[in-house]
Amino acid sequence: MQRETSMANKGETVNPDDKLDLSGVLCPINFVKTKLKLEEMEVGQVLEVILDDGEPMKNVPRSVKAEGHKIIGVEKLTEETYKILIRKETE
Amino acid sequence: MDKDNVAESSMEGLKEQLRKESKKAKLDFNELKSGGFIKQTQKDLFTVRLRCPGGKVNADQMRKAGEIADKFGRGEIHISVRQSIEVPYVSYKDFDAVAESLREIGWAVSSCGPRLRVPTACAGCTYNPNGLTDTQGICAEVDKRYFGIETRHHKFKTSFSGCPIDCFRTREMDLGFQGVLEPQLIEDECSGCELCVKGCDEGALKMDGDFPVRDWDKCIHCGDCVKVCPVDAMVSKRIGWLARIGGKHGKHPYFSYEVANFLTDDQVYVLIEKSLYWYQENAIGRERIGAAIERLGLDRYMDDVIEPLGLETIRDPKERVKYYAKGNFYGK
Repeated sequence: MQRETSMANKGETVNPDDKLDLSGVLCPINFVKTKLKLEEMEVGQVLEVILDDGEPMKNVPRSVKAEGHKIIGVEKLTEETYKILIRKETE
Repeated sequence: MDKDNVAESSMEGLKEQLRKESKKAKLDFNELKSGGFIKQTQKDLFTVRLRCPGGKVNADQMRKAGEIADKFGRGEIHISVRQSIEVPYVSYKDFDAVAESLREIGWAVSSCGPRLRVPTACAGCTYNPNGLTDTQGICAEVDKRYFGIETRHHKFKTSFSGCPIDCFRTREMDLGFQGVLEPQLIEDECSGCELCVKGCDEGALKMDGDFPVRDWDKCIHCGDCVKVCPVDAMVSKRIGWLARIGGKHGKHPYFSYEVANFLTDDQVYVLIEKSLYWYQENAIGRERIGAAIERLGLDRYMDDVIEPLGLETIRDPKERVKYYAKGNFYGK
């Protein structure tokens, strides 16, 4: 697997190709929606996902990694929500 | 043999009766002794317990269980709490025919009584996303090596859980093994995204400047931080087994002691052998190994078994606190 030392939240700006607001969406529906959206996208494209803190932030990034995709950015938006950037790595 | 007589007759009496009956029906009593045929309430009827280490059977075995249930039972199957397929309502007169039918596909009955029981196991790392260790692989090997060994006292149960979620309740086993992972941070790779901090249920990780720092008194080695890390900065330094001794369920459950950490597979086999030997030599009557440890003191078991093996010992009770249940048993 390709290694990256820099992530988007360390100054690099990435323009996402698509966005998904999953605030208020529970596990595992949030992951399923992320997966379905990624299926529509091309390898190399970046998806921005808004997730609630807590269970969603614990589970979704790990599941996305297990699917073989790459999380290239994590950013805190509010006290309750985060923005993560996912680069599609495989079909 | 009517119902009242069964209730009154001692274990020995029942065995003697079985011996006579099996002779009459020309059965191999040794086959009965190995266990696997469990007396039912009903006269002459037994439950046949089939050998399913780790709860894993193939389709041929599944069909065979159905065939035996149809032919010798009442078409019913029961799944035991220890993952064994059982066929109830089988007459003792059919024991030989059942054993022969099982032999056709290289299968056999399981154990009961004062023996090392068939080990149980979860799916483990082969296809469970939480799994750290190959529970099914080691379970099959332990079954092959130690199945049915006489303890001279009481039952001896082992199980394998692939991660600290511990679905296979290693805390309630005479000797249980649970998968553990030691995480390690490669600071040069870390992006400071904090996903590992979010992912840690134990609150063992906190950000200190740009990096997560770990409180080892809280880390239970589940590996969640490694699984979530998007840049492979949090990596697995090693994976092994946490050993727990002296648990049981039943009328008065015992929760076991964590006694050694990060065992290799080979160390697991040795620990089973040495612990079984210690139990054979030190237990009294029908007490379980947990009761023997309670009577003789955990230090005695540690000195006799764990220390000579040169394992990564868990000796200070404080080191066990992080593994404890949050309920009412522990921590008083």
